[in-house]
Amino acid sequence: MGLLDQRFENGNVFVTSLENLLNWARLSSLYQMQFGLACCAIEMMAASASDFDIMRFGIIPRATPRQADVMFVAGTVTLKMASRIKRLYDQMAEPRYIISMGSCANCGGPYWEHGYHVLKGVDRVIPVDVYVPGCPPRPEALLEGIIKLQEKVRKESLVKKPA
Amino acid sequence: MTAEEILNSLKAKFGDAIVEAKLDAPQPWIVVNPSRTKEIAFFLRDDPATRFDYMMCLSGVDYNNGKLGIVYHLFSMVHRHKIVLKAFCTKEQPHIQSVTSVWATANWHEREAFDMYGIVIDEHPDLRRILLPYDWEGHPLRKDYQVPEFYNGMKVPY
Repeated sequence: MGLLDQRFENGNVFVTSLENLLNWARLSSLYQMQFGLACCAIEMMAASASDFDIMRFGIIPRATPRQADVMFVAGTVTLKMASRIKRLYDQMAEPRYIISMGSCANCGGPYWEHGYHVLKGVDRVIPVDVYVPGCPPRPEALLEGIIKLQEKVRKESLVKKPA
Repeated sequence: MTAEEILNSLKAKFGDAIVEAKLDAPQPWIVVNPSRTKEIAFFLRDDPATRFDYMMCLSGVDYNNGKLGIVYHLFSMVHRHKIVLKAFCTKEQPHIQSVTSVWATANWHEREAFDMYGIVIDEHPDLRRILLPYDWEGHPLRKDYQVPEFYNGMKVPY
């Protein structure tokens, strides 16, 4: 039996807007920029492994920013690293999203007072979409952040400017 | 060898290059002349009686009274004995001789001491910053270090 034989007879037709379809496609294949900075990266790797399996959200690690849609800033952003992160962000194709994972990337974390070498929040160099708190966050918390980001992508519009 | 025997053999060989010593400390230490650390280290490594073939650690120190220093923890795999060497310098003249030619491990340790404390390691083969970016100003583990307001346009304080 051919693949398309009964495709339309069984009612497998649905109507949607182009916007919904595009958003659904994009939020279901958020390719991830593959890099980690500190202990949060270990939790991110745990989230990639079989127990938590972020690939079921369509998140596949890509080794180049040009193929990535979302960047997990997982760990302490040092001032030396900040310019590199900025450059990687600039190399990502739009639309692009940032998940700031853990206290260090959110606000400097334990280095907020005496960390002469730590950027106090990655949002000082790149715009952040979702902040995941924790030190480090459990993989479940990262999954929650991914779901929040998917909700954000689902609400996007081709014509309306974001608020 | 006990720490006292090590001290005596050093004194017999180098005389006034051995500045002071404290042998009843938990880890007995010997202070040496900062411009002669290399020959003393060579002697400690190659003398059959001492044979300090392993430099366990090299640390930079700021004593907060205008004095900087480097502390060398040495161990002998052959004789299973330990000793601590210290070399002091001032903030005005922060120069200590390199021991990289004696223990290759010292290379990166000395670069770190230079990076964090600004101790200039004389005769080091490759004295660059090792952790901080090359355009960083100052040496952040010094007690009088002031955190900069901005680095490359990024605000540093919280």
